[in-house]
Amino acid sequence: MTVRPPIELVCPAGSLPALKTAIDHGADCVYLGFKDATNARNFTGLNFDPAQMREGIAYAHARSRKVLLALNTYPQAGNWSSWTAAIDRAAEFGLDALILADPGLMAYAAKTHPGLRLHLSVQGSATSYEAINFYHERFGIQRAVLPRVLSLAQVENVIANSPVEIEVFGFGGLCVMVEGRCALSAYATGESPNCNGACSPGKHVRWEDTPQGMETRLNGILIDRFAEGERAGYPTLCKGRFEVNDETYYALEEPTSLNTLELLPELARIGIRAIKIEGRQRSPAYVTQVTKVWRAALDKLRAGPESFTVLPAWMAELNKVSEGQAHTLGAYYRPWK
Amino acid sequence: MKLALGPLLYYWPRQSVLDFYAGLADSPVDSVYLGETVCSRRHELRLDDWFEVGHMLAAAGKEVVLSTQGLIESESDLKALRRIVRQTDFRVEANDMGAVRLLAEAGVKDWVAGPTLNIFNPHTLQLLIDTGATRWAVAPELSGATLAELRAGLAAPIETEVYAYGRLPLAHSARCFTARHFNLQKDTCEFRCLSIMDGITLRTREGEPFLTLNGVQTQSARVHNLLGDLPAVRAHSEVLRISPQGADTARVVALFRAALDGDTTPAEALAASRAWMVAEPCNGFWHGRAGVEQYVAA
Repeated sequence: MTVRPPIELVCPAGSLPALKTAIDHGADCVYLGFKDATNARNFTGLNFDPAQMREGIAYAHARSRKVLLALNTYPQAGNWSSWTAAIDRAAEFGLDALILADPGLMAYAAKTHPGLRLHLSVQGSATSYEAINFYHERFGIQRAVLPRVLSLAQVENVIANSPVEIEVFGFGGLCVMVEGRCALSAYATGESPNCNGACSPGKHVRWEDTPQGMETRLNGILIDRFAEGERAGYPTLCKGRFEVNDETYYALEEPTSLNTLELLPELARIGIRAIKIEGRQRSPAYVTQVTKVWRAALDKLRAGPESFTVLPAWMAELNKVSEGQAHTLGAYYRPWK
Repeated sequence: MKLALGPLLYYWPRQSVLDFYAGLADSPVDSVYLGETVCSRRHELRLDDWFEVGHMLAAAGKEVVLSTQGLIESESDLKALRRIVRQTDFRVEANDMGAVRLLAEAGVKDWVAGPTLNIFNPHTLQLLIDTGATRWAVAPELSGATLAELRAGLAAPIETEVYAYGRLPLAHSARCFTARHFNLQKDTCEFRCLSIMDGITLRTREGEPFLTLNGVQTQSARVHNLLGDLPAVRAHSEVLRISPQGADTARVVALFRAALDGDTTPAEALAASRAWMVAEPCNGFWHGRAGVEQYVAA
């Protein structure tokens, strides 16, 4: 019987303090991005300049942990060289892997830096082993991050039919749409996750106190309206309240977070290689809390999957940092669909 | 300049679908894309039925293309995909990289790179051309200026198809928003989207039409309409895609043909199309702006 390596815990590092706290609290890997449109969390005040990235890599490597670079937006003809320059810098800095979505960039990376490990980003929208194996055969990708659309049985089927390591989202903001295939933000604001690296970008957001309540708008479009005492959420457009056939409700998804802690033994059984925690846009305090809980859970799982149970204290801790203090199993759980 | 009819994105009763395509046999459309691209639970028409429609249209002189499903989730989705790739009667539109892999493996050298493949730069497009793509259906999100730049970066041109008319397919999910609206789950959806001819309009709490629910697909509420932009659009493409709508699709096709043939000006054609549109127009994506905008260049 082959012994599987333990599941890696992949934590978000939106800043150097977040990176350090993730490493200090037990992340096996952190993922980060440059301060520009080459990554899908291109928000003001986030991400790394070259000096910070060097420092972060040194900090992680000194503790035998890995640093993954997300270059997971799609370059265009006019700005192609910014993305290839980022790949060249990554090779020079000694990052442990690149997380890419664009096939053209993968071809560039595989040819120019054949020693560099490649992961397929969730933005690549590969939901089947046929798609994942395409990237493996052509560019030698060694890991793929699955979009949050498959049930557990479907994830298992992907793993059984691909030589590529599979990473899944375990916790954090839940993208309701297939990542890399969503133009809702571009439709409302002109800026898209695919090309600009941001969904529902802050510069288009407006909060307005009105006689009807607090209103949140995205580029002028009313996303939600909150009664007195109700906490006004960020106007991410798929998590707003809208009218459909005269009924007002969260027509696409409630503001809630994905939390798969209770699925851990199943995820281990089907052979996932890594668990990703979402949230590079969140604070170091969030990273600390979430990393601590997931480290404890993965250690407990490693000690014996048969005796694994989810501690109520873990759930309480995670719910505190969840959107709307609520959580869901998302598509892993069929009835959610 | 060719006119193409995109795949039917809605779920209509079987006879409505058959009547719809029979009615287009003598319309001035050059290519017709067939097949279910949105939801694997939709099967008023089986693959064999689509073949029959395809042969009828081919006999009427149309080029027929079979489109593959955009979001592949299960082994049975892959089985359907393999059947489409293996057939040799019609060209195939690949809508995910799994389809691209299977086409390459089968040695097919003449397929269409679909609008959901995330092609945003000449390097990626060239890679697909080298793999056998001979037509590229551009993602609606791409602006005219980006398209021009991208095409200029290719070693040799590829036939390019622009999404010129129809509600914009904006997103796909594992979740069915139509079922959710009726408090049902996708697995037991009772096929509630059947016979909702143009999807369900989602409005803001100010009553403004914003999006359209079409099962697992989310579309714009507005109709993307490039009739008014035709001179610039034809400078950068060889095929225009019109997406089927519940009524008057043939009239829209005829209007595009008239505008392309110079029988009417772009401005007149846009004005005339208002009579056949299911909602207000928008063209922001083409101009590099928010897609929802109806932008008139100064």
